[in-house]
This record gives sequence, C-alpha cells and structure tokens, in this order.
Amino acid sequence: MGDTVRFLLGEEERALSDFAPTLTVLEYLRRHERLTGTKEGCAEGDCGACTVVLSEPDGEGGLRHRAVNSCIQFVSVLHGRQLITVEHVKQADNSLHPVQQALVEKHGSQCGFCTPGFVMQLYAGWLEDTLTDRQAVKDWLAGNLCRCTGYGPIVEAGLEAGQAPPPDATHQARIAERLTELQGDGMLSAGKAEACVYAPRDADELADVYAAHPDAVIVAGATDVGLWVTKQHRSFETLIDVTRVTDLSGIDETDAGLTIGATCTHRDATAALAQLHPDLGELERRFASIQIRNAGTVGGNIANGSPIGDLPPALIALGAELTLRHGDKRRKLPLEDFFIAYGKQDRAPGEFVESVFVPRLAPGTSFGCYKISKRFDQDISAVMAAIRVRLRGGRVDDARIAFGGMAATPKRARAAEAVLVGAVFNEATVSQAAEALAQDFAPITDMRASAGYRLKVAQNLVRRFHIENSTEAPPATRVLEHG
Amino acid sequence: MDETAIQDRSGAGVISSVPHEKPSHEDSIRGGVHGAVVHDSAALHVSGEAAYVDDIPELPGTLQVYIAMSERAHARIASLDVSAVRDAPGVACVLTAGDIPGENDASPVAHDDPVFAEDKVEYVGQSIFAVAAESVADARAAAKLARVEYEDLPALISIDEALAEDADLPTAPPHEMRLGDADAAIASAPHRLEGTVQIGGQDHFYLEGQVAYAVPGEAGDMLVHSSTQHPSEVQHNVAKVLGLPDNAVTVELRRMGGGFGGKESQPALMAAIAALVARKTGRPAKVRLDRDDDMEMTGKRHDFRIDYAVGFDNDGRIKGVRFDQAARCGYSADLSAAIADRAMFHADNAYRLNNAHIRSRRMKTHTVSNTAFRGFGGPQGMVGIERVIDAIAFKLGKDPLDVRRANFYPAEGGGITPYHMEVTDSVIGEMVDALEASSNYRARRKAVRAFNATSPILKKGIALTPVKFGISFTTKHLNQAGALVHVYKDGSVHLNHGGTEMGQGLFTKVAQVVAEEFQIDLSHVKITATTTAKVPNTSATAASSGSDLNGMAARNAARTIKHRIIAFAAEKYKVREEQVVFLPNRVRVGNEEMRFADLVAEAYLGRVSLSSTGFYATPEIHYDRDQARGRPFFYFAYGAAVSEVVIDTLTGENRVLSVDILHDAGRSLNPAVDMGQIEGGFIQGLGWLTTEELWWDEAGKLRTHAPSTYKIPTANDRPDKMTIRIWDKGVNRSETIYRSKAVGEPPLMLALSAFSALVDAVAAAGDYKVFPHLDTPATPERILMAVEDVLARGEAD
Repeated sequence: MGDTVRFLLGEEERALSDFAPTLTVLEYLRRHERLTGTKEGCAEGDCGACTVVLSEPDGEGGLRHRAVNSCIQFVSVLHGRQLITVEHVKQADNSLHPVQQALVEKHGSQCGFCTPGFVMQLYAGWLEDTLTDRQAVKDWLAGNLCRCTGYGPIVEAGLEAGQAPPPDATHQARIAERLTELQGDGMLSAGKAEACVYAPRDADELADVYAAHPDAVIVAGATDVGLWVTKQHRSFETLIDVTRVTDLSGIDETDAGLTIGATCTHRDATAALAQLHPDLGELERRFASIQIRNAGTVGGNIANGSPIGDLPPALIALGAELTLRHGDKRRKLPLEDFFIAYGKQDRAPGEFVESVFVPRLAPGTSFGCYKISKRFDQDISAVMAAIRVRLRGGRVDDARIAFGGMAATPKRARAAEAVLVGAVFNEATVSQAAEALAQDFAPITDMRASAGYRLKVAQNLVRRFHIENSTEAPPATRVLEHG
Repeated sequence: MDETAIQDRSGAGVISSVPHEKPSHEDSIRGGVHGAVVHDSAALHVSGEAAYVDDIPELPGTLQVYIAMSERAHARIASLDVSAVRDAPGVACVLTAGDIPGENDASPVAHDDPVFAEDKVEYVGQSIFAVAAESVADARAAAKLARVEYEDLPALISIDEALAEDADLPTAPPHEMRLGDADAAIASAPHRLEGTVQIGGQDHFYLEGQVAYAVPGEAGDMLVHSSTQHPSEVQHNVAKVLGLPDNAVTVELRRMGGGFGGKESQPALMAAIAALVARKTGRPAKVRLDRDDDMEMTGKRHDFRIDYAVGFDNDGRIKGVRFDQAARCGYSADLSAAIADRAMFHADNAYRLNNAHIRSRRMKTHTVSNTAFRGFGGPQGMVGIERVIDAIAFKLGKDPLDVRRANFYPAEGGGITPYHMEVTDSVIGEMVDALEASSNYRARRKAVRAFNATSPILKKGIALTPVKFGISFTTKHLNQAGALVHVYKDGSVHLNHGGTEMGQGLFTKVAQVVAEEFQIDLSHVKITATTTAKVPNTSATAASSGSDLNGMAARNAARTIKHRIIAFAAEKYKVREEQVVFLPNRVRVGNEEMRFADLVAEAYLGRVSLSSTGFYATPEIHYDRDQARGRPFFYFAYGAAVSEVVIDTLTGENRVLSVDILHDAGRSLNPAVDMGQIEGGFIQGLGWLTTEELWWDEAGKLRTHAPSTYKIPTANDRPDKMTIRIWDKGVNRSETIYRSKAVGEPPLMLALSAFSALVDAVAAAGDYKVFPHLDTPATPERILMAVEDVLARGEAD
C-alpha cells in the first residue's frame, strides 16, 4: 500500500504524507504552496473562483481533463493526477495562454477575483475542444460567478479561445506516462495516525476496505461531503476516496436499459441518459455546473439520500433498480424503497451503492422531468418532478410520478398515480390527479420556496406533462426552449 | 543618456543639462482619455498574479481571527463566559468588549455599531467576541466553547412588523420632500390610483469576502491592509477603537475583489478587530470572513415598502403623486439616512411630477444593518415611480412608453424636482426616441401581443424604461478628492489618489487622465495602491463619483507639475510659456522638440519640484436638507433600456429574451470600461429584481447566506440578444473631467425594464384585464402567484 499522495503540481512532482485527509486542495494550494492565484469565493463549489484542472491518463496514451472546484476536493484526489492551476497555464515563453489573452482583449476581467476560475474553466473547455458555440461556452461558464462583467465579454473570450490551436499531444503523452508512474502499485492508504484515507482501485478493494471500516465516510465527488468539512466543520477518522474505482465508473448499455456504475460522474452519464430521453439530458445539463458534474457521481446523488437530489425522482419514475453491495454480497431493490426517511436509507453498515439499473422507456410510454428552481443553472430544485405514463387504448395503463423537494425523501405520488391508472388521459382526470398531490405531499416552506408554491407548481407540472403529451403539436410550455 | 551624470554626487562639475535623445514624432499617445484601454490589471488578473489582501505573504507569527456571532435576533446577554475558549488549543487571545482600549464602535456616522456586543445583541450574526489562533479552524473550534446565555427579547424582522410598532430608527427620523400641493392635485385629477410595492434587498456578493490584515508597528502604530472602498473611514475607526489619533494608523489597499457599496462602511469592523488582536498580541492578525459569515454579518441593500397615490390626466400626465417609502435599516443607522434620502431623490426618476409629497421612514429591525449598495436607495425609489407609470398606462389602456414620454423632464429645462432643483440637462426624451427606433420597440410590442394571443402557457412582455440618476454625494462635504503625483527624473510617473479600485477601472481611467495631461504613453504611469499615508481625508469610492473626483484631483496635480516644468523650460530656453507645448511623448520648446524624459531630467537638475498633490471639490452644489431644497447634484446621468421577457404561467419560470440599452456616459473616458459598467450593472440589477432573494426565517436568521441558496445571475441568465450602446451624442454639460459622466451606478437601474416587462407578461396571463401585483424579486414563485392573482381577479371582474 502506498502511504504517499504523489502527483504533479503543474510539471513538478509532489509527494504528500502526514496530512489531514480533509485538507482541501484549495487550502493546500494557498497555504502550503503559497500559490494564491486560486481563490476562495464560497467554499462550497458554487462560485467557481477556485476552479482547477485535474488531468489523468485516459488509458489511450493521452490525458483526460476535469475542471473541478478545488475548495471542496480533498488532497487524496490528487494521487496519480496532474493539478493545473492558473499559475501553470502561461505558455513556455511566459506569454499569456490564448484563453488568458482573449480575456484580456475582450475586457473579460474587472475586479479580477473570479478571473482565475474563469481562466481555468475556459482552459478546461479548450483542452476538451468543446468551446464550440455560444451555448456551449455559456454552459461551460454557468458554474463560475462573476459579479462585475455581466458575462458578455467572458463569453466572447471563450468563443475566441475556442479557435486557439489544440494542446500539444506529445507533451500530454509525456505527462500521462509520468502520471502512470506516480500512481504506483497498491492501494493508497495515507493521512495521519488519527485520521486516514483509503483509495481503493476497484469495486472489490472498495468492498473489502469498507467492510473492514464500516464507519468510514465514502467520498466520491466530494460535492456533498466536501461541504460537511468546509461548512459544518466536521472531521472524519476514515475516508474512503472512490475516485479511482474505475470498474464502477462506466455505463453498461443493453437493450433493456442502462446499468450506471456508482462512481460514474454526472458529466459522463449525460450522453447515455439523454439518449433515454432528452429531458434527462436537459436535467443533467442543469443539474449543476460542469465542475460539479465532473466530480459528483450518480451513486453519490442516490446514496446521500437527500430529499432534493435531482436524479432520484427521475430514476424512480423510470423504474430504476438499485444494486447494493456488502463484501461479496449483493442485493437489489427498487430505487424508491432505498429512501426510508429523512437521513435514513435502506443501507447496512459497510454496504454501498454499486450501480443503478435504468430501464428504457417501453413503446407507448411518455416521460417528462422538470426541474424548478429560482435560477436555471447550478441551483438546487424547489421542486423536481418526473412522470412516466403508459397509455393503452386511450387509457392510462401505468403511471409513475415522483417528486423531489416535496417530502423528506424523493417520493412517489401514489395517490395521484392511482387517480390516473385506468383513467382516460384527459384534462379532467389529469386535473384530479394534480389535486390528489395534496394527499401525497405536505411540503415545507423554506428559503427555496413556500409550501404553497411547491404544491401548486407540482400540480401544474402534472398539467404541463399532460399538455406536452396529449396532442400532436402541443403549445410551447418551456421558457428555456423559447427564443 | 548617461544615468550616472545625473546621479553624480562628487561635485566634480556643474551638471545643468543632459544629453538629449531624438524625440519621436507620434501623432498621439498610447492610452490617453477616450480610448478603449484595457484594465490596468487585466494581465495580472488572468495570470493569478494580481494580489488581493488575502494573497499578501503573511508575516511569521500571523494570527488568524474568527469572529463569534450572535445566534439570536434580539436578546439580552445575561452572561458571556469565554474561559474555555482561552484554554483551547492554538488560541492566542480572546477579545470581548472589555478589551477595547478606545471606543467600542465601528460605525460610519452614528456611534451605534459596537465592535463587540456588550449587554445585548440585535441581530443574528452580530459580533460578540473574537478568537485569534494559529489557524482559523482552531479559532472557530475554540469559539464554540464559549458559554453565552441569552434572554430573548421581542424581535422585529420585517418592514411591516417595524411599521406596526412605529419602530423608526432613533438616529434617523422620518424625512419628507414637498413640491406644490400633491394632495390637492391628486384629488382634482381626472384619474387616481393607489398601490403598494414591496422591494427586496440584495447581497453584494463581491467575490472576495471581507478581509483585513493588521500589522503592528512601533509605538502603537498600526498598518492595516483592508479590502475597503473607504480607507480613510477604516483608518479613523481603527484609531477610534485603539484609542489612537488617526496619524497612528495607515490603511492600504491595492485592489478589492468587488465592492458594490458593500465595502464602504462594512470593512471597519473587520479591520478594527484585526487591529485589536495585533495590538493585544503584538503579532500580525488577519480577519477573513468566509462566505457564510460574511453574508450573515454584513449589511445589504435596503428592502423597501413603497405606498403610492397618484392623480393623472387622460394622457397619463402626472398631476400629483404621493409616495410613502419605508426602508428596512436593520439594527443600526449605518448609512441608512443618506440611502433613504437618495431613494427620495429618485422617486421622480426621469419624470416631472409637478406636485409631489414624498415621505420616508427608516425602520429599525432586528436584522443586519443595511448599507450602501450600487444605486444607494436610488433603485428602490425608481421602482416606485415605474410601478406608478405602468399602473397609469394600464388604467388608460396606453402603451406605457407613451405615458413615460408624456412625463419626461423637458429638454429645454423648467422641470423642477421634488427637491426644487431645476433639471436643465434632460436628454432622456432624445435618448428614448433613439432607442425606440433602434430597438424596433413598437413592432416588437405588437409581435409580443400577437404571440400572447396564440400561446396559452407561455406569455411574453416588453418594456422600455428610462434612468435619470443624480451625480454627487448628497452629503456636500464628501464631494472632495486628493491626488499625489510624482514625476521621477527618468520621466516615469507615479500616480496615487484617494480612490480605490474594486474592478470598476477607476485606476485605469485616472491614469489615462494623467497620461493625457503629460502627453505621455499610459505605460509610463505607474498606478499605486491607495494609502491613507499619501492622500488623507478621502471620501469613499462611492456614489459613482470615483472618476469625477479623483480624475480631477489627479489632473490638478499633474497640471501643477506641468506648469512648473513649463516655467522652468521657458526660463531656461528663453521662450514664452505659451511656446512650451506638451506633444505626444515630447515637449516643444520654442522651435525645438525634446523628449519628455529629457526635459524632466533637466527640470530636476534645475531644482524643480516634480511632485505635487492635487485637490478637487465639486463646484456649484448646495443642499438645505431641513428644507429639502437645493442643488444636491452637479448633473444627471441618463440611460434607457428595452427588455423583452417570457414567463411560464404554470410554473412562474421566466427569462429575459433580449435587451437593448442606450446609455449616456458623457464623453466616455474609456468606452471599454464604461461598457463593462453598463453591462455588469444591468445584470446585477436584473439579479436584484429576479433571482436574488434574501430569506429570513421566523427566528430572524438569514437562510440565504451562500451561493447555494442565494442566486446571482450566471452566464446563462444573460440574453444572447443584448445590444449595448454608449450614446454617441453624450457630453456632460457640466465641467467634469473631459466632459465624461459617472457610470458606476446608473446602469443598474436599466434592469427595471425587465421588471416592467415581467409585469407586462403577467398582465398578458390575465388577458390584460387587471394590473398585476408584483413585488421584487420576481422569482418564479412570485410570478406564479401574480399569475394566479390576475386570473382570480380577472374572473371576479
């Protein structure tokens, strides 16, 4: 077992041992390396000022890159990876990188505090060669807050930077080789005497180490656990970093559906989900910023049991099935049964979410999912609705309606479903089903929405679903699709 | 040129001239005024090399400070026991009110913002004590060990609660402005309307949170690096708290990571606490608030409630209007009196009201003390009158643009504001004509109506709204500024002034002014950190006044030096002073041209002072606040915007589809910088009016205290169709710096067009039968409730 986190900081090799496992990458950069270009704006992954790029071998001789929020990443994530910060993007002759140059020329910085984050985000977009059009650039930037510019000049800079020559493949290959060497053999097990972190490399290692340390906290994208540290100031004895569990990071596609590994990131899951239904693609686009979707995992969004996670309602409505694993033992259960109560899931100590199976939509089935929030991007839903209805002979043959933000868990609307099943799918019955939501849910009032709004909008979303799925040419119902 | 010749101190020979290099013959300098020069720090921003206060390398022994905050909205502190905090690991010191050698106050005006609460707390988040430790984590953990016993007292959270209890701030009594007889005019008008609008506050959300780094010096002196728009006030507060004269304290700042008014009065607390720790321990000390603590502890834009009554004729001309404004000030005065005044000063926006009665109450609540925020009350005042205009137009069935136009202050003058200032520079009519045409407003309004007729779920709205914003601090004495310019003997220039850089490009603009004065390339002008040691007694960089004041002060400093050089050259080369002319990077003396640097070197040898202060005080302004009469503003800045929006009547989701802006920056000092202010101001205003909602729970705790819950606009909230133009006819009729106009605040209020457009869209949802109630921010929830309301009232009619 390796007891040292080995990585590249820019081009320089670093070795960390004897560190607190909850030391964040941002804290490490600013306080330990005195690299102060990377800024803390919120310490919760919501403003993007701390954006850095993590690169790792892509398995094909090159690198894959992920922009992430360094404020909520723990340093164990660096092992075997390259950490690129704003200090590392200038060109070899010390001139500005095209991304930086474009931001200067387009007047893309005012106070400049958010700017390093924008530089790194656009740099990541340039590395991925995805700064292709205006919408793409804006989606890249939706997790970076700027309070000065109004964004126009930054978007222009992104479009300009997208035209720059691509990165040097030879150099990337050399970095990939160095990283492969740094990864070493064996599972990382590092930290301090009083607190340590394990980084298993496959599901079996994870199963073993978790069974041995059932009180450990599993951290994947750290988009939730990171905040336990930066906001709640908690500490843990044992962390299990699953960002190297590669055999759970993929998606297995069959005619029946998708089996999504628990460590598959939202970003990696987007294309396959969008193929199931375009609403799922749109949900993932709006799920969170690219930085968060690069880190956060499908498994994490389920396993943390939040009542306001966006994916569970969608997957419940689709009839998803969860696979849990403890040691060598696996069991399956319908996703909705996993959520028992607020903060309580059907998961034994040492048991972890291994994968989720999402069936394809059967012929004659309509599906829609809707995320309602104060802001379209990088916002937690006030209400998240997902509806699947199958019609047979004009009548509803099957209905699955699930909501987030309406109860203490992601939850099916059984009363509303009961109204619909067997009924003619028309405005009157849909209206009855909408009314029945008042029996299903007694939502709370909080900073995101009042109880009254939550219920009203939930009811209206059932109506929206009907409008969208009851005629050949439904009227426009979505402001985001309307120019 | 041989440098050693000048530096020679051997006395071996008399050196009275330097070898001249051939001067260049450029037609113009690089980086003078009116040029679209990039921000001076842009290259440092993008490389991460621009240093903010938290980036300054910490000295050995630096302590990190955590401020422990009240958990109650209003309570008596029965007891405070910090002994366990003192004993906690890593703790160097714990400070409470009793540890303050000077005055326990960090307020800007009213001596009512204690550094540490003593016998009572008045908002959740109020500072009670501070812990200094080796790390913030240690300090924070230690602070949790304190035992604070509270005895709860009744708390007023909302404006309406405060109004119900007549809880006016004792230090800010009600105020009123009267023009003519509003009540009589309303009563005799052909039409009358009344209404109410509630206007939400706004967090500044500067990306760099509040931070101060205090470094103790000898004999009790203190150097404080503070992220502040107002170094002189931080200096004074630190001195006051330490019990020292102002001259013992130096406050310095190169740049802020955003300010927006939130770093005008607020940084004093953080700086005072850092200085107290440094004083107590003899060690450098840093206070840096994390986002949540910052948002809970520091003031925001004032929420307002505005009640109105208006009388108008068949053309929608306002005969008389009455506004009752109530501001939520929070627990202390801060700058609330001046802010609420400015809301009154902008109750007319661009409209001649003829008869007006504006009353203002400044309500005390047990919430954070609200403070300056871009617009400083002006935006809230304008919401009131724009609601009135929209309501009038709806009642008369007119295009609101026609009603707006019917009420504009006339270009020829004669329009009198409610504070009895004649508006002599109104260009709003001409600008709106231009914008109406360029935005194709009329045709688009028709298209919006046509769309709505066939779209049952989505509804569109469109609106054109004007902005007229008064420029000057309404507190007269603040309208002064100082600068300090050095010309070194190699011809390079060192520029310092009392203004602060928060991203708005002030430093760039003022440097352009100095480059222009000396006719040297901007690259020869070194911009330096603001420090109270160089320019004293400065006003806050606020009220959009930064360039107007500091640009003039720097110009005056440069001119003083220039005149000395001219006098020297005239004497030395035996020419008349008029024959000494500053050309781009060179000076013509008689028939000879020489490089600027060479003449400067000669002036040095000729023992000419090449350093000067400069001072400026805005002329012509005066205001009698007791009578609410005078000329508080040197001039007005104007602008107008068209916004088109779409709403979803099932969910209240909404977005802005397109924006057209025409803004008056006078003769812009820097069009690139000004475009940035216009666009950034608009988007910030849009956030205030739509997604940015501050939400307190029943216990008075702010629950939207981080970006996860407080939603400022993202890149995707900016419409792709956004056309911004600086008005090419713009020129300041008042003698401002190169006839430019202030541009920091006014564009924020252009976003009112989006709010009016949302009102228009909600009206469409009710088939234009009833005028919508809509408060701000227009979140999806408020939009949906407004839609439900117009549907219900439409049916009832």
